Amino acid sequence: MPRSPIFRIGSGAGYSGDRIDPAQDLAERGELDALVFECLAERTIALAQLRRAADPTQGYDPLLRERMRAVLPACQARGITVLTNMGAANPMAAGHAVLDVAHELALPHLRVAVVEGDDVLAWLRANPHTPLMDSDQTAGDLAQQLISANAYLGADALLPALQQGAEVVIAGRIADPALFLAPLMHHFGWAANDWPQLGQGIVIGHLLECAAQVSGGYIADPGFVDVPDLATVGFPLAEVDADGTAVITKLAGTGGRVDQLSCTAQLLYELEDPARYLQPDVVADFSQVSFESVGPDRVRVRGASGQPRPETLKATLGYRDGFIGEGQISYAGPGARARGELALAVLRARLERLGWSGLEHRLELIGVNAMHGPALGADREPYEVRVRMALRCTTRAQAERAAQEVEALYLNGPAGGGGVVQSVREVVAAASALVPREAVQSRCQMLEM
Amino acid sequence: MKIRDIALARSGDKGNRATLSVIARDPAHYPLLERHLSAECVKNHYRGIVHGAVVRYPLPHLGALQFVMHDALGGGVTRSLALDAHGKTLGAAILDLEINPELS
Repeated sequence: MPRSPIFRIGSGAGYSGDRIDPAQDLAERGELDALVFECLAERTIALAQLRRAADPTQGYDPLLRERMRAVLPACQARGITVLTNMGAANPMAAGHAVLDVAHELALPHLRVAVVEGDDVLAWLRANPHTPLMDSDQTAGDLAQQLISANAYLGADALLPALQQGAEVVIAGRIADPALFLAPLMHHFGWAANDWPQLGQGIVIGHLLECAAQVSGGYIADPGFVDVPDLATVGFPLAEVDADGTAVITKLAGTGGRVDQLSCTAQLLYELEDPARYLQPDVVADFSQVSFESVGPDRVRVRGASGQPRPETLKATLGYRDGFIGEGQISYAGPGARARGELALAVLRARLERLGWSGLEHRLELIGVNAMHGPALGADREPYEVRVRMALRCTTRAQAERAAQEVEALYLNGPAGGGGVVQSVREVVAAASALVPREAVQSRCQMLEM
Repeated sequence: MKIRDIALARSGDKGNRATLSVIARDPAHYPLLERHLSAECVKNHYRGIVHGAVVRYPLPHLGALQFVMHDALGGGVTRSLALDAHGKTLGAAILDLEINPELS
């Protein structure tokens, strides 16, 4: 089959709770070849694993069905391949859920590939001496608390699904940019050891993986950085050439802006050493990436490169880490800040009486110092403040009691406190470890209607 | 002049590290950023928040400076007690920094 000179790939979600209508718009009007939904954050799989433990049919992204209902008709009619990590902790159940949706929509047929093999919990339990990254601890130290461990798979795990003609590819933990790299490798026939080419594919994926963050979202600062029609900001797509250069753009008629500024901000987002962006498929080098405006809301990206892929894979471990008890109460009008500070002093004394002052905690005033601490701007006098106390606790009961201490300021604290909110949450924390590639054996299973 | 007059900033998270991008809105202003925003200056601005080293990566062809700020997120996004556990609001703080364009 002759290869089209341009491959059009869109970004349908930048996180699990992202908007659905811009993705549907892309599916219907984007003339796309592929549409990617990136929906996993660090601890999402651990939380999904808890849902799966409670109900074996769950453990995938809660919005999967709704997203598929919105885009599958257009994707199937137009031959757009859908790739996503919405399988989370249960890709197989997610695959069956997609088939359910296809039945509901009365689609004539659908080939859904389920990619598994990212789960390395058993391997880590068998190798407890594996060190945790940025920590003195090992995986074994978390043994009792450990909920999940998933290695970041690369594009190589997705390619078999594409080679078998999958129309929807559902995976769990996949490196975010690899969801974009895989269809590019498949379409253009890029070799798995063509490191500079893979680096260019990764930069396209990185630019698209946070959806609207490259097309006008999260950049507006009125009077300094203005964004047209932010309320209807469009999700981005890339028009990729066979040589791996691409134009980043968005649909006509949508809000937002795609220009060198928006692209630079997204290129650098969560990037550490720009010359060494570690991915399962390649160590990408973004240090020479450049952007060129080639029309309204059209930016050409080139110049990424790459070095051979890392020997090891990064895994994210989810573990139970106690509870956080939190309470908030507001003070307003004259002397609001002084009353808020008195409330903090009362809470400090209460923690002392309870014998909890040695526990990690925060006592702060929202509107004064809750975001950036005492050094930056905390000398200004606000009209209203909100007291906030958060305490790290070992039990739920302790966390509930801590939150109640803030509520008790109603009758026992300074004058005029209002609007108490309390919360208690179990902490599911994430840690990272490097695992050998042999710990992972990805596999692909095709489901059909 | 404040950084806000010439640049935009965005922060992100990696474990217990925060990344900070400072990007000149007009590339002509990049030399000012490079001259005034040293790693030491950024570390000092975020004192009390950033407890570890600050590493700077200059990207002159993009008009941008990238900083990695270690030990900046209260133990990491997933366990931090902070209201803004991701450090999403940290980027805006650098915009308030006063610089003197006359000074070299």
